[in-house]
Amino acid sequence: MHSFGYRLNVLLTFAVTILALMCAMASLSDNLNTPSPSAEIQIMNINWFQKQPQGNDEVSLTMNISADLQSLFTWNTKQVFIFVAAEYETPKNSLNQVSLWDAIIPAKEHAKFWIHTSNKYRFVDQGNNLRGKEFNLTLHWHVMPKTGKMFANKIVMTGYSLPEEYR
Amino acid sequence: MIVTSALIIWKALMCITGSESPVVVVLSESMEPGFKRGDILFLHMSKEPIRAGEIVVFNVDGREIPIVHRVIKVHERQDTGEVDVLTKGDNNPGDDRLLYAQGQHWLQRQHIMGRAVGFLPYVGWVTIIMTEKPIIKYILIGALGLLVITSKD
Repeated sequence: MHSFGYRLNVLLTFAVTILALMCAMASLSDNLNTPSPSAEIQIMNINWFQKQPQGNDEVSLTMNISADLQSLFTWNTKQVFIFVAAEYETPKNSLNQVSLWDAIIPAKEHAKFWIHTSNKYRFVDQGNNLRGKEFNLTLHWHVMPKTGKMFANKIVMTGYSLPEEYR
Repeated sequence: MIVTSALIIWKALMCITGSESPVVVVLSESMEPGFKRGDILFLHMSKEPIRAGEIVVFNVDGREIPIVHRVIKVHERQDTGEVDVLTKGDNNPGDDRLLYAQGQHWLQRQHIMGRAVGFLPYVGWVTIIMTEKPIIKYILIGALGLLVITSKD
């Protein structure tokens, strides 16, 4: 009952339980944070707009992205992953989400930023439905904690559209 | 005591998350710096549709080890609600088409085992060590066996 092995067993179980509890409390403390992020995206230029050989439309565009995501960070935040996606509807697909650009924000100081960039990932449709297409640009963020539950949300910006003709 | 409580927690997790393997260990560096080798991910699979930005765990036909990457493209059909999904590891330069089966350009719902909803750092190293150096596994089992035999309870 009081052997070394038994005491070691009890000690280890207790230590692991306390550790698990601390991780859970750290994660729960994230719920106390009420974030208020803001973002703005402007399309500066449509670089080109073509139909590919396989029949799918493709667009290359340059954007100005500015955002203030500092309120997302807590002491339990390891990084925030953000990405900008174009969302639109076509006759064949009720929803298309295409990620155009993403970045990792490692710390609160970097969370307020402004960037001028062309799309990092190809904006390709399933088909050739993009001429004159209206679409939303959404800025998504994914808060990855040091331990525990991950949170994700997004800001939807409407009112963007593509040209009527290829160029 | 540790072993039985671990087993109870494992089974409870299986019920709560509704998934066959509710916990996976991160094996590669393709999602750094968010997930490092040795971290554990908690999975959950709901009927909610798959959306861009979610971190999903999927199996490719012909590969045994599941892959944990982020969804970057979603195309959902009007009539059936079926989806074509493209994934990419945060730390990889290109998307996952190279990892999919020959001729496969998209993932469908049936390939996806779950979404990552939470994570614990470092805890998975035990599994990695036991898989890559099986000797440690045998030593551990041997020691546990000895404990069981020699305990007086």
